[in-house]
Amino acid sequence: MEFIVASSIAMMMAAGVYLVLRAQTFPVVLGLSLMTYAVNVFLFATGKLAINLPPVINADAAGYTDPLPQALVLTAIVISFGMTAVIVVMALRAYLESGNDHVDLSAPDQPISKRRSS
Amino acid sequence: MNHWLILPILLPALVAPLIALTMRYDIVLARIFSLASAAALLALALILTGIAHDGTVTSYLLGNWAAPFGIVLVLDRLSALMLLLTAVLAVVVLLYSIGGWDKRGRHFHSLYQFQLMGINGAFLTGDFFNLFVFFEVLLIASYGLMVHGGGRDCVRAGVQYVIVNLVGSSVFLIAVGLIYSVVGTLNMADLAVKVADVPPGDRALLVTGALLLLLVFAIKAALVPVQFWLPGTYANAPGPVAALFAVMTKVGAYSIIRMYTLAFGDGAGDLAWLAGPWLMPAALVTLLLGMVGVLASRALGQMASFAVIGSMGTLLVAVSLFTPMAMSAALYYLLHSTLAAASMFLIIDLVSERRTGFGGNIEVAPRFAQMGFLACVFFLAAIAMTGMPPLSGFIGKLLILDGVRDADWAYVIWAVILLGSLLAIVGFARAGSTVFWKSRSMEGALKSSRRPVVLSFVAVGMLLSGTVFLTVFAGPVTAYLDKTALQIFTPSVYVEAVLGHVWDK
Repeated sequence: MEFIVASSIAMMMAAGVYLVLRAQTFPVVLGLSLMTYAVNVFLFATGKLAINLPPVINADAAGYTDPLPQALVLTAIVISFGMTAVIVVMALRAYLESGNDHVDLSAPDQPISKRRSS
Repeated sequence: MNHWLILPILLPALVAPLIALTMRYDIVLARIFSLASAAALLALALILTGIAHDGTVTSYLLGNWAAPFGIVLVLDRLSALMLLLTAVLAVVVLLYSIGGWDKRGRHFHSLYQFQLMGINGAFLTGDFFNLFVFFEVLLIASYGLMVHGGGRDCVRAGVQYVIVNLVGSSVFLIAVGLIYSVVGTLNMADLAVKVADVPPGDRALLVTGALLLLLVFAIKAALVPVQFWLPGTYANAPGPVAALFAVMTKVGAYSIIRMYTLAFGDGAGDLAWLAGPWLMPAALVTLLLGMVGVLASRALGQMASFAVIGSMGTLLVAVSLFTPMAMSAALYYLLHSTLAAASMFLIIDLVSERRTGFGGNIEVAPRFAQMGFLACVFFLAAIAMTGMPPLSGFIGKLLILDGVRDADWAYVIWAVILLGSLLAIVGFARAGSTVFWKSRSMEGALKSSRRPVVLSFVAVGMLLSGTVFLTVFAGPVTAYLDKTALQIFTPSVYVEAVLGHVWDK
């Protein structure tokens, strides 16, 4: 199980980094989402992986899994959700105002009509 | 328990939604509440400085959960100092924005309060996951402030800024996860106690976590190689927002100081002072790169942004030695560079909005309104930024040069700092003489639609008098900062105040 979790985190992270480096807003937003998923799973795994163990006190529990990473992941999910909403709105606004979806500031500005035809 | 500690976070957290919900269409009321809140924060910062003044460290248990299980807020001299600096800057920048900037977009005042809440929280928290949360609070408010007033370049620079910081947040979480998985705590004081006992097999994970955390703080502090976001962001942000952002890079510097003296200081065994060897070269390159950028800039805003990068380099060179003497010098320079950079951004904003059609470009243009006065204050702010006598930049640099005297690399550091200062002087002199001096000979005058507002000049005057204050009272200020630096380097006081039991290393 450790191998599956670790390699899935690595794959999501690699895909996320690749997409973030694409320097166009839509792939970048997708990449950032993938990166936050990878981070969330990673945080979850920091409390050691365990199957079928409760995080909170329970009279007939055989053992416990670490509850703190779960609380951290919850916070991280909420924050990353809000941040994704912010970046989507800002990227849309930047696209509408400048006519292209390049993240790079120095990229030559092309009108929307030209981009669509090319 | 001392409930004063929670107020600098609670007050803006309550005022911000109040302004957003009940005063959306009443700018006068919003201004009154925002200014009242900033003034109250200043009063609170003074009270907290009074509490921390005698060297005691006060901790506040949120929800009365015992540390290290609950979240704690901790007040020591360093955090009180940072709170005071933030509050002073907040009041002054708010006065400036009331001069007209706050009407150019909506929700300026509530975002401003959220920003203050995040900054104050980052300075007070004693828990590094909570530090992440407050970083996010201040960042999400700063995204809103960054694009306040709008405009194409502003929004595009904003998108870039958001992306860089979201990647930074991911790295922050990975670092927190790595450290937690090895040490099993998120409390900074508890981390300090447990770092030395980490089994050798897990040490690599801990070092990776600690250095990733350093990378995150370096992004905030605009350190090479992760400084590239700053010029675009600060140069395109509205003037008063850029002035407030002058304290945001210092949040990064504060976190570096806090984390790597407390948890990875003397008590960390093999891992003691692990940040220094990475920080020093990066800071030296940052310094040079910033000052070369000052020389190469083609617009005033860009120039001031590179000057901020250069000053962060100077500051972190002194921090990276991790000696009380250099730390005290670094703290003095931190106070100075925040005020100087903020006044520079405000002056540049005043100049650019008067030069219709030319903006902040460093090129010869016809005369504009209040040119003589603005030339004078630009000259003063440039003297402060470059570290020329008689203003506090000179004293700050002198203290740093003196503080690094015993370092292994002292000659290299001296050479880089002095060369950087020379580059900055040439850069600012070139910009000032082009914009103000050569422009005097041009025919005609530029007409600006904006009426001069007394409040904005008052704000600039207050910031410049802040640097004069630091110069005149350099003696008492450095004496206080010496005590602050000593407290930073005796983490046992901090640990005992938080955990409530004696820490024997």
